[in-house]
Amino acid sequence: MTDFFKIDELLSEENLLIRQSVAEFTDKEIKPVIDSYAQRAAFPAYMVKRFGELGILGVTLPEDHGGTGADYIGYGLVCQEIERGDSGMRSTLSVQNSLVIWPIHQFGTEAQKKKYLPKLASGEWLGCFGLTEPDHGSNPAGMQARLTNVNGEYVLNGSKSWISNAPLADVAVVWARNPEGRVQGMILERGMEGFTTPEITNKWSLRASVTGELVFDNVKVPSENLMPQALGVGAALQCLDNARYGIAWGAIGAAIDCYETAVGYSAERIQFEKPIAAFQLTQKKLAEMLTEITKAQLVAWRLGVLKNEGKATTTQISLAKRNNVAMALHVAREARQILGANGIVGEFPIMRHMMNLESVVTYEGTHDIHLLILGAEITGIPAFKG
Amino acid sequence: MKILVCITSVPDTTAKISFTQDNTQFNKTGVQFIIGPYDDYALARAVELKEQHGGSLTVLNVGTSDSDPQIRKALAIGADDAIRIDTEPTDSYFVAAQIAEIAQKNSYDLILMGRESIDFNSGVVHGLVGEMLGIPSYSPVMKLEITDGKAEFAREIDGGKEFLEADLPLVLGCQEPIAEWKIPNMRGIMTARSKPLNVVPATPMDDLTVLKKYTLPAPKGECKMIAAEDAEQLIALLRTEAKVL
Repeated sequence: MTDFFKIDELLSEENLLIRQSVAEFTDKEIKPVIDSYAQRAAFPAYMVKRFGELGILGVTLPEDHGGTGADYIGYGLVCQEIERGDSGMRSTLSVQNSLVIWPIHQFGTEAQKKKYLPKLASGEWLGCFGLTEPDHGSNPAGMQARLTNVNGEYVLNGSKSWISNAPLADVAVVWARNPEGRVQGMILERGMEGFTTPEITNKWSLRASVTGELVFDNVKVPSENLMPQALGVGAALQCLDNARYGIAWGAIGAAIDCYETAVGYSAERIQFEKPIAAFQLTQKKLAEMLTEITKAQLVAWRLGVLKNEGKATTTQISLAKRNNVAMALHVAREARQILGANGIVGEFPIMRHMMNLESVVTYEGTHDIHLLILGAEITGIPAFKG
Repeated sequence: MKILVCITSVPDTTAKISFTQDNTQFNKTGVQFIIGPYDDYALARAVELKEQHGGSLTVLNVGTSDSDPQIRKALAIGADDAIRIDTEPTDSYFVAAQIAEIAQKNSYDLILMGRESIDFNSGVVHGLVGEMLGIPSYSPVMKLEITDGKAEFAREIDGGKEFLEADLPLVLGCQEPIAEWKIPNMRGIMTARSKPLNVVPATPMDDLTVLKKYTLPAPKGECKMIAAEDAEQLIALLRTEAKVL
């Protein structure tokens, strides 16, 4: 494992074992099958249960709710090692951990926690998170989904788009404007009348994960499904902070897989009677890839320490997500060049990672939006508000 | 049923092997250590047997604190407790004597370990432990069932398999496909830290062997590819270069 600055030595015994165990899982269970699923644009749905058995769906969730009770560095390492296999697989577990289990644990009632958390943590149920709308991506506060009160009953109308896990999800954490005009979080279940989850097809990215829409056509939402503490856009954004944190780690995994593939390939590929690793331009690429991966690892580790201490800020997470995903995308592109024509075939993971990362660089706050979040932090002037 | 699984802590199979101090010491720098792969099979089967029959599963290692991560992994995989005999394992007889000393005191029904370690690969510790305890030992065991207090197992022999039955207690050296390696789940990892790891001093005894020095095998020669129809060239090379004809 690429660990040039010996990050492993900074890890607790548990976290080191978490990293090694999830790495072993990825090598044994994800890598051998993932190309086939991605080529067919099929989601290996059985993997959700396997994630549950491994205990990586409720990584930071306390044990009394069916979780693992690990810390945030443990969660980051899980994301890194799964994304070494595939960003789509990591997306599936990020959503379940950060965007479904986390908000229900943070904002839900005791009854909601008891009902949903153990089944979500075990992988019996799959969850999704509905915030983004067809016309409101970077500006979720403009959302049009509405929860109205009709004759004493809550009724939900509207739609959500680009929702990971949606077509197969048993449970959806959904955000909509409530009758008071505030953004309100609620839990929807598959089978509620008027609630459908059409799949988005023909993706060139995250092909081994499933993406869709959430459509609400006069969905009656029982009041016990509203999360009383999930009020305001800020509550939804807190969930995103957690997901982005996981992505900052996860992207390193994709980068490592590309880098290690390129190192191996360049040592074996002979041109002009010598391995292409002997050429300075290849060495420059590899050296820069390793440098950038190492920097990203240190950023992620330090962010993890801050997160464990409850001190990580939204802007620190923005910096890490933005930097690390862009880094991974760049590493994937450089690795693709080193592999030449072989870089585009499924026999090697490069092109799949590269196409996946084109989504990762956009979802959970685009590369540019994170830059503007940092800009606002530095100058005190938010450029993305009217 | 009381099961003891003995594990070694050995360099990862992909580790680059080198020596220091005039080839008398193994260079551990940068080397990652793992549970011996054959021991890992033994552990995996022991976890399954404990699930089927109940009882206790203790893991034992003869080694320094450098082995603790491997012991914690064994606890995460499913052992209830661990014993580490705090000493540098010097040779097979020494290791076997240390294991026998602990086994004597605890009357295990089943003592499992790998058919051999993958560092020194002596492959005799199970036999020595059996002799020292005065109980039967078999290796390499590739299938194991326990029924009504009896062990039914298959052992690999030259050109085939031998199917055996024996009363407990028993010492077995294991290999694949006795069970599939288990990846510790997160719950196991988190509970491993609260399981007891008892460190006990080694029983003093003299070494029976003295290690003089290590040497690496000669580097592998370059592989020459010869067209299938070019038998003449192949024969010529076997004569002039390989000098085997």
